[in-house]
Amino acid sequence: MNAVLDSLAVVGRGAIGACRIAGSLVLFAASGVSHLLRPPFYWRMFLRALVEMAYFSLPVVALTAIFTGMVLALQTYTGFARFNAQSAVANVVVISLTRELGPVLAGLMVAGRIGAATAAEIGTMRVTDQIDALTTLSTNPMKYLVAPRLLAGIIALPALVVIADILGVMGGFIVANLKLGFGVGAYLSSTFDFLRTIDVVSGLVKAAVFGFLIALLGCYQGYRSRGGAEGVGSATTAAVVAASILILAFDYVLTELFFAR
Amino acid sequence: MNRAAPSSLGPLRGAPTPRLSHPREGTEETGQQPKIRIRGLRKSFGDKLVLDGIDLDVMPQTSTVVIGGSGSGKSVLLKCVLGLLEPDDGTIEIDGRDVLRMSRREREQVRSHIGMLFQNGALFDSLPVWENVTFGLLAQHKMARREGRQRAAEILGQLGLGPSVGALYPAELSGGMQKRVALARAIAAQPDIMFFDEPTTGLDPIMSAVIDGLIVDCVKRLGSTAVAITHDMASARRIGDIIAMLHHGRIIWSGPPTALMDSGNPEVDQFTHGRREGPIQMELRR
Repeated sequence: MNAVLDSLAVVGRGAIGACRIAGSLVLFAASGVSHLLRPPFYWRMFLRALVEMAYFSLPVVALTAIFTGMVLALQTYTGFARFNAQSAVANVVVISLTRELGPVLAGLMVAGRIGAATAAEIGTMRVTDQIDALTTLSTNPMKYLVAPRLLAGIIALPALVVIADILGVMGGFIVANLKLGFGVGAYLSSTFDFLRTIDVVSGLVKAAVFGFLIALLGCYQGYRSRGGAEGVGSATTAAVVAASILILAFDYVLTELFFAR
Repeated sequence: MNRAAPSSLGPLRGAPTPRLSHPREGTEETGQQPKIRIRGLRKSFGDKLVLDGIDLDVMPQTSTVVIGGSGSGKSVLLKCVLGLLEPDDGTIEIDGRDVLRMSRREREQVRSHIGMLFQNGALFDSLPVWENVTFGLLAQHKMARREGRQRAAEILGQLGLGPSVGALYPAELSGGMQKRVALARAIAAQPDIMFFDEPTTGLDPIMSAVIDGLIVDCVKRLGSTAVAITHDMASARRIGDIIAMLHHGRIIWSGPPTALMDSGNPEVDQFTHGRREGPIQMELRR
């Protein structure tokens, strides 16, 4: 009987802990958004975060998108050949990329790069009293460190996803044209005839949400880090893991919202 | 305040009259309102009671140094006064106004008149030295960046640092230079009140004396009220008009620096003379 109660206690403690973390994250997000909507806004910090998130993430996102498009074309062709449906390659590539793979893969790549860097930077500021120093200089750390990064995330990721979509389709086109024998005109007309506005818009909305989540988790974990270098390391890992999981979870939720009938 | 401290900062305001900052002596005996008045301040972390009813008055234009062992709650006291930690109980008045009852905006307004030197400097890694120094002026006082750069060079010059230092990043500076840059940032907005958290920790004795001298000079020149915490006795005597000892979460003694080494209080005597044996028992795990 005691063993059962002990097991339940462990589960209960875990559930309470998870609820506490979720509540704390929601309050942190609400505070960040409220500071985003109230002046002053630190434009220099925003531009710095935007350049870091969008410009410096471009190579890794571009390479990921190109190779994903190439692999997708090849796999679709070989798979669909069993049903004599090879002509659907262009459609599958463009739909998969714009709706799912573009935002999700770009999100995961940026989570690894920027989520970790943000958590490490803010975590180091926390453990070296730089955040307290901001407060003593009458500068609200949420306004200075968090709000600009949240806005940068919301803007940067959709921009990256537009580029990822284009490059991914281009990767698929290269393989289809050079290796699989598709004609240039037929492939491109098939791509654009089948593509609808909602496919692109849903991907961009997902990207904006993912960008917000990446910035939020990086800031949250960094802001709450404790205990020196080890604490910063843990915060960095937690930021990437949590952002990656939330990206996949929100991907499903948003797909339900956009496409479930 | 140590009158023999090196003076390299230009004209000073009238020298303040040191006043004993012992509880209740400020308002009730001298009639002068304390700049900072702390009553019954309590703060605990879980089961550990760190501050157990602190009473302390800091008179205007004086320097009060709080000494005490590691983990005695000196930094917690300072963070409570600065609003970085919320105390469990008690009042903290600055210029007669209870800061714990103020709105966020009012607290920010009060903080804009406070300068703080952190133990490790807490300089912003991502900003060059000149932007660190004028951070408050650029962010809150809307100073133009070009003007800020010039102002930083002036302040750094007052602290014996050349204008070329302004372009460096904190990681490129030695410990002593970082401390001076942090001091420059603390005084840049010419604050009414200055806090110093272990200002000489990690510095050699000569650099410690230099930093102490600069602190004394800055505080006098600006006519500020200063509160420093340290366990460096030489530094405490150089900086303080009044020295108070924090032990077991309470102020157990306060007096002028001249009385520090012969206080008559067994805890203070053990601490100031660094004796192993005495009423203060270090908690050592064996």
